[in-house]
Amino acid sequence: MNTAAIETQENYLNAGYGLKSWLLTKDHKRIAILYLITITIFFFIGGIFASLIRIELLTPQGNLVSSETYNKLFTMHGIAMIFFFLIPSIPATLGNFFLPMMIGARDLAFPRINLLSWYLLVIGGAFAIFAMLAGGVDTGWTFYTPYSTTYSNSWVIATALGIFVSGFSSILTGLNFIVTVHRMRAPGMTWFRLPLFVWANYATAVIQVLGTPVVAVTLVLVFCERVFHIGIFDPNLGGDPVLFQHMFWFYSHPAVYIMVLPAMGVISEIISVFSRKPIFGYHVVAFSSMAIAVIGFLVWGHHLFVSTQSVYAGLVFSFLSYFVAIPSAVKVFNWTATLYKGSISFATPMLYAFGFIGLFTIGGLTGLFVASLGFDVHVTDTYFVVAHFHYIMVGGTIMAFLGGLHYWWPKITGRMYPENWAKLSAAIIFVGFNLTFFPQFILGYMGMPRRYHNYPDEFQVLHVLSTAGASILAIGYLFPMVYFMWSLRYGAVAGANPWGATGLEWTMQSPPPVHNFDEIPVVTHEVYDYSTVVKEGVEVG
Amino acid sequence: MSEHVDSVKTYTAVWLILLILTGVTTGVAYIDLGAFSVVIALLIAAVKMLLVALFFMHMRHSTKLTQLAAAGAFLWLFIMMAFTLADVWTRGLVGTPGR
Amino acid sequence: MAEQAHAPVESLALREQFNTPEQQKESSAFGMWIFLVTEVMFFGGLFLAYTIYRNTYPVVFGMASTSLNAVIGALNTAVLLCSSFTMVLGVRAAQLGRRRALVIFLILTLLLGMVFLGVKAYEWNQKFVEHHIPGAHFHFEGAAEQGPAQLFFSLYFVMTGLHALHMVVGAGILSWLLYHAVRGRFTAEYMTPVDIAGLYWHFVDIIWIFLFPLLYLIDRHMR
Repeated sequence: MNTAAIETQENYLNAGYGLKSWLLTKDHKRIAILYLITITIFFFIGGIFASLIRIELLTPQGNLVSSETYNKLFTMHGIAMIFFFLIPSIPATLGNFFLPMMIGARDLAFPRINLLSWYLLVIGGAFAIFAMLAGGVDTGWTFYTPYSTTYSNSWVIATALGIFVSGFSSILTGLNFIVTVHRMRAPGMTWFRLPLFVWANYATAVIQVLGTPVVAVTLVLVFCERVFHIGIFDPNLGGDPVLFQHMFWFYSHPAVYIMVLPAMGVISEIISVFSRKPIFGYHVVAFSSMAIAVIGFLVWGHHLFVSTQSVYAGLVFSFLSYFVAIPSAVKVFNWTATLYKGSISFATPMLYAFGFIGLFTIGGLTGLFVASLGFDVHVTDTYFVVAHFHYIMVGGTIMAFLGGLHYWWPKITGRMYPENWAKLSAAIIFVGFNLTFFPQFILGYMGMPRRYHNYPDEFQVLHVLSTAGASILAIGYLFPMVYFMWSLRYGAVAGANPWGATGLEWTMQSPPPVHNFDEIPVVTHEVYDYSTVVKEGVEVG
Repeated sequence: MSEHVDSVKTYTAVWLILLILTGVTTGVAYIDLGAFSVVIALLIAAVKMLLVALFFMHMRHSTKLTQLAAAGAFLWLFIMMAFTLADVWTRGLVGTPGR
Repeated sequence: MAEQAHAPVESLALREQFNTPEQQKESSAFGMWIFLVTEVMFFGGLFLAYTIYRNTYPVVFGMASTSLNAVIGALNTAVLLCSSFTMVLGVRAAQLGRRRALVIFLILTLLLGMVFLGVKAYEWNQKFVEHHIPGAHFHFEGAAEQGPAQLFFSLYFVMTGLHALHMVVGAGILSWLLYHAVRGRFTAEYMTPVDIAGLYWHFVDIIWIFLFPLLYLIDRHMR
């Protein structure tokens, strides 16, 4: 059955044709594809803003756009990338597609709610795009009060509404994942036989469910204050803008883990498959995901070190921030230990995984720098912070997202991507990324503040380097777009299990049938047990 | 979940206790207990919440998992409150440099 | 189970992604509980803001709180508790497959919910008459600091407003249940919508159980 041409096989892609069969689908696999298209659009929207920012920063005079426009550019770059690309990126696409298969279920627990959550993302995105086209928003993606509630003369309400609505999309995805993992596992699929990707998505779902409502209500308050002038965070009425920051970062710091935890899950899968070894210390890696989810909620105050937050609270938040490094480092050490004496193959997903480990380590270690009170006062709101979180979000999440996309592409589409092109673009992305963001660490340390479009002449060399890197990075991102499209028609037929991977998703045909399993499987093997795997499909380098 | 069908008698008793507690909390509010009026009011509210959750929402019959989820919500609420209050209560104990 | 897997015939009590009706029932209820967890955090943000500001401006908040009518508040609390009682009796009727009783209790719950919203509307109107609506025309007599007094009423309106919004949504759900209950869609085997709607309704009740003392009562002794 696996060698048969995929056109004649019944699968989720040819189960129905026409727009209606997609827009009203309840199949988690099709919804994942809808998400993939949606977030790709937002990635390119955010990318256009990023390009404009980098072009503007080529010269120190700030002579391409006005200061007001520049404020809007970085704000809309952040909003498009964070709320409409990074947050839904891995969970809503790869997670949506593979979580039910990995645990041996026919679908998520609530397929209609799953579809609803995609529509909510689209509606929220429509609000955001409307705001961008109507004139943009200039508050920064953080919406700090009182600027956002009182002084900003831009489309704050429409944008906040968009984020509010898309927040419910995130909540519903998390809710669906939690219930599915608890209630839909196949017989024999015990908690400690779950692939680490499932653990990571479960931990992410916990954060989505506990954190997102808080930012939702915070945006409601901002909305009320801006529309009705009732003054909840307004210092003129005795309100406390720092309270806004507390409420905002109670979600938005854990949101970083919404972005990076699923990425870690992807890396765990890839590292194991391409070194043909079970993950070193499976239990510890699984628990470290949960630990990151929990500790991630105790550290938000490190975003408030230079506000009027109490120094004592700052001390506690700083101290606790160091704790997040422990489970994160555990993961890095365990991935590295997995490689030891492994039978390593350098396929594209593995290249992305290596990229992830290196870049995430740099991003994580500089995170420790900014978690320490004294150093943070020096680099707050400088490019050091910008570089730090781009190493996590771009170097971490997007690397893993692309790695996962390459890894599962044969399962999603039934076709192989062109390996050499993919390796080339992985290399281009790695080089481009480092050239873009490493100079920003130096810039920030030297005192270049973020969110300014003019700067002293001595910073120009580093800014030009960064812009040059961004151009390379942009080319690197365009490559996969092209060859993924190409592979849909011309790629080699993949077969059921081209990588010789473990995991239930590789036991079914590629692309998978509509209901995943004809018969719910009974799991008898430990996870990542390569002794039992039959490799089916094309040979890949 | 719905294997357990509680009797109308149980529900009526819980309902009456809830009404009585509403009366009590309103009455006590007029007595000056100093800082304890907040404590008493919140204690009574917590008891009422437990009654509604355990009986009306059938939590006493529900799985450990559900109980854990509910407990988790309150733990996280506590985290949010405690850390924010930790800031507010200790703000200004050390002078702000330059002020 | 295996036969069902081969021929997935969808029914209300067994959707195709589930293996057994029990699994579906448990998943639905657990899903609702997780949703309620998000609601705890949603209202939690408001309770946090309230706690911080009450802690910062205890005297003004006390005065503003005392200006609310505690008797009306208490009566309205009682109305809401009664609606929870009728709701739980409705769920019980559904468990036992008693269609007539279910319909009656749903109607009673809906009516009591409407009474609560009506009283709330009356209270809000009072605020309007007393110029206690935050905004340009706000005035709270007797308070030296008008700003914090306005903060109290801002929070009062946002908290009771969002609670009322949840009540309106609840009323919508109850109407939907009523429509299907009249048509006999719910049986002792399939009454999950009634069950989880009940959970939601009781939760909205619990929010009010905390709003009532926090907004109306705790500073009353200071008068």
